[in-house]
Order: sequence, then C-alpha cells, then structure tokens
Amino acid sequence: MYILVSIAILITMVLAVVRALMGPTVYDRVLAVNVFGTKTVLLLSVVAFLNGRPDFLDLALAYALINMVGILAVLEFFQNRSQRNSKAKND
Amino acid sequence: MIYIFALFLLTLLVITAVAIVRTEDLFVSVILTSIFSLLMAINFFILDAADVALTEAAVGAGVTTVIFLCALALTGDQEKPQKEGQNRGQKVALVVVGFLALLIIYSTFDNPRLGDPDAPVHQHVAPWYLEKTPEYMDFPNVVTAILSSFRGYDTLGEVFVVFAACIGVLFILGVSPPRKSLQVSVRKSGLRHHLIPQVVGRLLIPFIVLFGLYTQFHGEYGPGGGFQAGALIATGVILYALLEGEAEALRAVPRRVLLGMVVGGALLYGSVGVVCMLMGGSFLDYSVLAADPVWGQQLGILIIEAGVGMAVCGALLSIFHAFAARERLT
Amino acid sequence: MIDLALDIMSWILLTVGGACVLIGGIGGLRLPNFYTRIHAASLTDTMATLLIFVGIILQSGFTLASLKLFAIMLFLLLTGPTATYALANAALLSGLKPGPGRSGLKPDAGTAKDKTKENAPE
Repeated sequence: MYILVSIAILITMVLAVVRALMGPTVYDRVLAVNVFGTKTVLLLSVVAFLNGRPDFLDLALAYALINMVGILAVLEFFQNRSQRNSKAKND
Repeated sequence: MIYIFALFLLTLLVITAVAIVRTEDLFVSVILTSIFSLLMAINFFILDAADVALTEAAVGAGVTTVIFLCALALTGDQEKPQKEGQNRGQKVALVVVGFLALLIIYSTFDNPRLGDPDAPVHQHVAPWYLEKTPEYMDFPNVVTAILSSFRGYDTLGEVFVVFAACIGVLFILGVSPPRKSLQVSVRKSGLRHHLIPQVVGRLLIPFIVLFGLYTQFHGEYGPGGGFQAGALIATGVILYALLEGEAEALRAVPRRVLLGMVVGGALLYGSVGVVCMLMGGSFLDYSVLAADPVWGQQLGILIIEAGVGMAVCGALLSIFHAFAARERLT
Repeated sequence: MIDLALDIMSWILLTVGGACVLIGGIGGLRLPNFYTRIHAASLTDTMATLLIFVGIILQSGFTLASLKLFAIMLFLLLTGPTATYALANAALLSGLKPGPGRSGLKPDAGTAKDKTKENAPE
C-alpha cells in the first residue's frame, strides 16, 4: 500500500526534475522546484510510516516549513533580476 | 525496496549534477542546486541517517539557496562565455576525472555490502557506543550522544570552524566599498506589497522558530540537535527579512546580537569544558557537572547543544546580512 | 470490523492520492503553457496532500505521530497555495502573458540565446 504511493511520488519527482531541466522560462523551473519540495515532504512522510519510524516525521515538518522560504527567496531575487535586465535593456 | 529508491534518486542526482554544470544561467544553477540538496536529503533519509538528513534539508535547501541568491544579486548571473582555446584543457580534465572515477569504482568492489553486520566499521567502536549510551547517558539518540559527548572535541572544533567561517565572510563582505554613492537606496523587499505572502509568512514565522527550539531541545530523543536548530531559527529570521525588507530584520535582530550569539556560542562550549576541568574531571568530561553522572552528562549535552545552536544561528544570519546589506556596486 | 473499514478507507484514500500525484506530474509535462502547468501542479499538490495524509492518519490512530502528520498537512495546505500565488504573481508582473500560446516544445537548458525568442524578460 505504502509502496505503491511512494513509487507514484517518485515518478512524479522524476517528471518534476524533467520539467526543471526542460522548462523554457525560469518560472517553469521554479514551479518544478516547488512541486519537488512538496513531493519530498509527502515521500518522507510515507516512507517514515513504511519503515515504521514515526519519529522521522520531524524531517518532513522541517522541510514543509523551509520549502516556502526557498520559493519566496527565489521570487524576491527574481524580481531584482528582471528589474536589472529591463534596466540594462533600456540603457 | 531500497534498490528502487536508489535507482530513481541516484539517477536523478547524476542528471541534476550534469545540468547544474552545463547550464550557463547561474540563476538556473542555483535553483537546480536546491533540488540537488533535497535529493541528497532524501538519500540520507533512506539510509536511515535522520540527523544528517535534517541538517542537509535545513541548511542546504533553505539557507544556502537564499545566500547563493543574495550573492547572485550582487554579481551578474550569466556565466562568462568560454573562449575557444580552453577546450583542450577541458578534454584533459575530462580524461583525468574519468580515469579517477573508474579507479574509485573499481576500488569499491572490495567494500562490504551496505548494512553488513560483519563489516569492520561495525566491529570495534560502534558496538561500544551502542552499549554504553544507555548506561552513561540514558537517552535514545546515539548520534547525539556520540556527537556531543563521546566525540565532544570534534564538535568543539566544528563550532570553532563555523565561527571562523563567519569571521572570514564578515572580513571580506563587512567592509564597505570605498566608493560612496550619494543616492543610497535602502532596497525594499519586493514582497512587501503582496498581501498573501505577508499574511501567511507572518503566520509561519513563530511556528518555524518554535519548531527550531523544539528541535534544539528534543535532539536527545529524536533527530535534532544544535546544528539543525540553528539553521531552522535562521530560516525563520530570513523569512522575516524577505517579507519586511532586510533593514527591518536588522532592526529586529541587530548585528551586535548576532555577533554576540556567534561568540557566545563558541565561548559557551569552551567554558563548559573548562568548568568540567575546574570541577575535577578532564576537559569536556560532563560526568562531574552534577552529583549523578548521568544527569551531569545530560546537563552538559544540553548546554553545549545550546552553544552550538547559538553559534550556527548567529553565523548563518551574519553571513546572510553580509550579503544582503551590501549595495550593488554597478 | 472497524479496523477493516479503516484499512479500506486508507487504501482508497492513498490510491486516489497517488493517482492525483501522478496526474499532476504528467500534467506538468504535457500542458502547453506556464499558467496551465501551474494549474496542474498546484491543484493536484493540494489534493494529494489532503488525501495521502488523511489516509496515513487513519492508519495510525490517536498518537503523537498523528498530531505531527496533522501539523505537516496544515503547513503544506497553507504554504502550497501561497507559493503558487507568489509565483503566478511574479510571472504576471514581469510580463509573461497568459494566453493560448504554446511554449515548451523545444527542450533547452536555459541558455542565453533563447531569451530573444520568449516574450518575457528572463
């Protein structure tokens, strides 16, 4: 039961990495990283239960909180970059 | 079971690593590095190394990505285009690396299988640690016991290395450039005007800090400890800096407090060792700290983990502010 | 009897959750545009989070682990849509227009030369 779900999550992680490598715009890549992060949390929780070690759920909790910080940081600095690029184009 | 995971995850690791090297846009490399670090965290988790996985996730995918992005905001983010004459050096490098890789793979044929109970690494010190931890320290997490008490010197060295790294970065980046521009614009955060990230972010910051404190003090019973806790609390403050602007975060946790935390953490660790000496034991022998040796060990580990957490949190935040507060030079 | 019912519920929830995850992954690759992909990614993410975590909570009863799972689920449900919103907002503000155009047919590694082919400043 848990094994099927974890294989499904693994396959989606592979697809997300393909999208990260393939995406033409940077936003596609950031989206792929976000999906990868959420699937990591799911995979960690499911595998922690699969192995019967529920005290490993701390990792999933930590990562669920950190995922958003990473994405917000990427977006914040991305705005700087696009502002800089448009300023460079205007100069 | 473990082979399925290894197949997927290690293949993804190789593909991501190749993509990180081959892309010319450094912003994309930083994003892919975040995925790489997550993959390593899952690998560590599958190998049952929960403490390391937590550290890798907290530091690698959280703080390091933010610091790389800060550094990219200061420099350009395209790789310098390669000149034509450098291709020969690349081919030589590729051949050498390929040969070394084949040599290393050949030498792993003699390694014992993963988890083999007869492997030499499981024979000498490891069973002793596993037996003596309930006897000397009476808590379940053997990794924390080894890290803080049996190998306390090494962790002392690690804390001082973190301290030295922080000082190094502050030396290089804490100095203002000689050119003083008249229009110093305090760079406002780009996320200030978006309501939804502000609300949700402010909701999450106390939970992140609370979870960091939980990880700090729960390190003896589950995965956790000082390093992870320091990284998590630093992530909480970095989230505040992203939402409100970096100047506000400096007002919330000023630089003096950060330096005090770094120095105080390292000093706390060292002074616990000295206090142990003053109370009659050897350096970093916590059994003499209290009347009952088991309680003495636990007290000593609690205090030094607090020292480690303070040092790591202060160092990460100092490095973040050193990058983020610097005006762009162009 | 109750155990059997809980097991069957768990099975159903976990299987549907796994199917959601797969659908989201396939959608992320096959859909033509960034904005359509973000639909696939975020909706299936949230749905799969709900289903899979409720499925696991049903299996583990009333323990500390259930509480932690509930906390993880709550944080994922809060932060997932926020990240999606921030991403879509950033894309819109920097000029990527939602439209019926098809992009993403040509795989590339983000080289500098295809900046001229996109209508958004990268």
